[in-house]
Amino acid sequence: MKRREFLTAGALAAAGGALLGSQVTFAGMARGKKPRFVFVILRGALDGLEAVPAVGDPGYAGLRGELAIGRPGTSGGALPLDGLFGLHPSLSFMHRSYTARELTVFHAVASPYRSRSHFDGQNVLETGHPQPHAVETGWLNRALAALPGALAPEAERGISIAPTAPLVMRGPAAVTSWSPSRLAPLDDDTLQRIADLYSRDPVLGQKLAEAIADQGSPGSLLATRGKPEAQYVEVARAAARFLRQADGPQVAVFDTTGWDTHFNEGNAKGQLAVRLSALDTALGALKDGLGPVWSDTAVLLATEFGRTVAQNGTRGTDHGTATAAYLLGGAVRGGRVMTDWPGLSPRALYQDRDLRPTLDLRAVMKGVLAEHLGVPERALESPVFPDSRDARAVRGLLRA
Amino acid sequence: MRLMEKGLTSAIAANRFGLGARPGELAAIGGAGPDWLRAQLEGPAPQIGGDGLQSSAGILTRIYDLRRTLRAERMRAGRRGAAGPRSAGASGAAVGAFKKLPQLIRPIYLAEAGARFRQSVSTQRPFVERLTQFWSNHFAVSVDKGVLAALAGSYERETIRPYVLGNFTDMLLATQRHPAMLLYLDNQLSMGPDSRAARNIERRNPGRRPGINENLARETMELHTVSVDGGYTQADVTAFAQVLTGWSIAGPRDSRRGAQPGTFLFRAAMHQPGTQVVMGRRYPDTGYDQGVAVLRDFARHPATARFIATKLARHFIADDPPAQAVDRMAAAFSQSGGDLPTVYRALIDSPQAWDRPVSKLKTPWDFIVSAFRGLELPVSTDKAPVGLFQLLGQRIWCPGSPAGWPDGSADWDGASELLKRIEWSDAVGQRIGPGRDARELAPRLLGNVLSTATREGIAHAGSAAQAITLLLAAPEFMRR
Repeated sequence: MKRREFLTAGALAAAGGALLGSQVTFAGMARGKKPRFVFVILRGALDGLEAVPAVGDPGYAGLRGELAIGRPGTSGGALPLDGLFGLHPSLSFMHRSYTARELTVFHAVASPYRSRSHFDGQNVLETGHPQPHAVETGWLNRALAALPGALAPEAERGISIAPTAPLVMRGPAAVTSWSPSRLAPLDDDTLQRIADLYSRDPVLGQKLAEAIADQGSPGSLLATRGKPEAQYVEVARAAARFLRQADGPQVAVFDTTGWDTHFNEGNAKGQLAVRLSALDTALGALKDGLGPVWSDTAVLLATEFGRTVAQNGTRGTDHGTATAAYLLGGAVRGGRVMTDWPGLSPRALYQDRDLRPTLDLRAVMKGVLAEHLGVPERALESPVFPDSRDARAVRGLLRA
Repeated sequence: MRLMEKGLTSAIAANRFGLGARPGELAAIGGAGPDWLRAQLEGPAPQIGGDGLQSSAGILTRIYDLRRTLRAERMRAGRRGAAGPRSAGASGAAVGAFKKLPQLIRPIYLAEAGARFRQSVSTQRPFVERLTQFWSNHFAVSVDKGVLAALAGSYERETIRPYVLGNFTDMLLATQRHPAMLLYLDNQLSMGPDSRAARNIERRNPGRRPGINENLARETMELHTVSVDGGYTQADVTAFAQVLTGWSIAGPRDSRRGAQPGTFLFRAAMHQPGTQVVMGRRYPDTGYDQGVAVLRDFARHPATARFIATKLARHFIADDPPAQAVDRMAAAFSQSGGDLPTVYRALIDSPQAWDRPVSKLKTPWDFIVSAFRGLELPVSTDKAPVGLFQLLGQRIWCPGSPAGWPDGSADWDGASELLKRIEWSDAVGQRIGPGRDARELAPRLLGNVLSTATREGIAHAGSAAQAITLLLAAPEFMRR
């Protein structure tokens, strides 16, 4: 089915301008605790052995060469996790979260995708389908659609903090997206006339209705130019603003780019360290922005695949296979590294070069969807993660 | 062809295949859209230059010179600093140096973007310009990396424009050996592990063994030629990366051996010796020619023909490329040995290309350019409105990834991006107000795709300014 057809139902409601300016509410939402979920896409293949170095593995330092992060306690060394693993020294907020039992790290994890194309890998990461480009909707949207009452146009439970919704958020469930507008607002009359013109164009009609509904949103991203830190922090703050609203969305998605470190990756300092630090600061800002809602929040960070274990010829790493993923938040039963660690001995490597995957990323995603968002058990494989029977949901990821 | 009989081909030719009509263009096409497009393929492709635009080699030489000056300053400042307790001189120089490279690059980027924008707004051969932009995006570099902001424009002028009406193989070779591409995909320092240069380095620094960087090799296969479905393995990527070792850029010191700094240089000492097997074919080590041989075979590979045909069909016809049009173009590509005008004529000759008017959403670039063309908005003589492109979501030459900008309507239909287009349309309407009569202009720009609803909406607008806003914001103008 085409995306355009999915959108038709919502567009009909928008066509006459009836929705313009109306308050979006979540009528179906039960009173009491409302779980919040944030999915952060790390585009470009974040090096899991740099972010979560296996400092206790006898093969680590030798294979990594100049990229190796030192053991905890050494200068520029890792922040300690459990003896075998540490966190990159730039990830201080994440480390405090780990100590506070609000961060679980998954290692040697991978999506079902086994080739090394960013674009196909991200497609699998977002569609939740084992084959790239098999479907045009995302697993998170399909999961939202599986929640009771989700298909009503007024039930927008998801928001993308991005100019256009990433693939993971596209699909049958009504979702919205938000990014700042720097131009002066239109007068209502012109807007109404344009809405009339769009009554015959389902896509534009729907998008305009969404845009107008979001106009009342507080804040602006005016200051987000240049450095990754300012951008990430502003995006994270925007996500927090929306999620914090009692009648606002409960799921947010945003993405970060620049993790494709083929060249001069650095170690405790350097290019990747700067970006990890920016991400870490943004996650801290997300927590601050969410305030009391943080205790109902789980944040999943995932990337399309890992990178070669050994450094390449230009002090970076090339595309690999398994990597790390991260589940963070007040709702998370954290303080753990969950892995069936394959080790870094030559025999253990996947195709003689990559960290071998031992945990299916979909198993983590299914666990979060089921226990945190309450996605019905029967929906987890179909329609959310087709052909994923072997990737059984990981249980016990959230606080009781 | 039913639609052709109804006189729709003028509007489709100008909007789908061009950059939007200028007033009078539809009348000039006169219902003969396919002929108008075919005629644009005749004669040499338009080149842009002058206006102080510099060659990539010239730009890189200026960057090298600046770096040398900054290095010298830093060393002087360091010596001064070492004499005293605090080295304020060193940090001051570092701050100054931090600004100097952007100060060099920014005007180059603005001039190049301006030249491209003026060409797009004024060209009489908009189909060729669209094709140029298609290929520039196919062989994308992105200005958010390193010094690419200084090179993206000259790269397009040097590798795409000369070959857009030529042969695919020539364009492929030109792009893969251009310094911008080598820098963007990190090939300039990729070194064969058994090369002379690598052995020398290892002798001097035991334990440090330089080697290959696969980035260019992988993206050449995946994004530029056979595509991810082309049937290659990791071993093929690695082998091709070895083939490409030594494809590098001449630095300032290479002028001693006759290489012009900032141009392509094959560094034999960095090249991995030996025969390589790539996608089942053996390539003996012929140095630089080994890479050329592999690229020529990639260009001729049937998977490349299909990949290019599919991308062209998606770009010009529909998000779901019609199979007959893809087959026709792939066959034209293969049978002509990659002769691009032959492929473009197959596109024009595909009946599907003339179906379903206004099905695709314009990109921000196409939207802004078509508004400037249609309303004959004044264009600054020295720079493009780069902030506008950034605001509407398509910073010029900044796709952010070697895959280039995405090409589906759904990639451009974000709610807040749409609102920004509308808000900008409103600002344009406010600015030119009664300077243009949208009632008269609408049929001249949109021809037979102008809907009754839009025509009446414009006719009943509250003001001339609002009528212009409605014309630009209309679905027929947002789409192509």
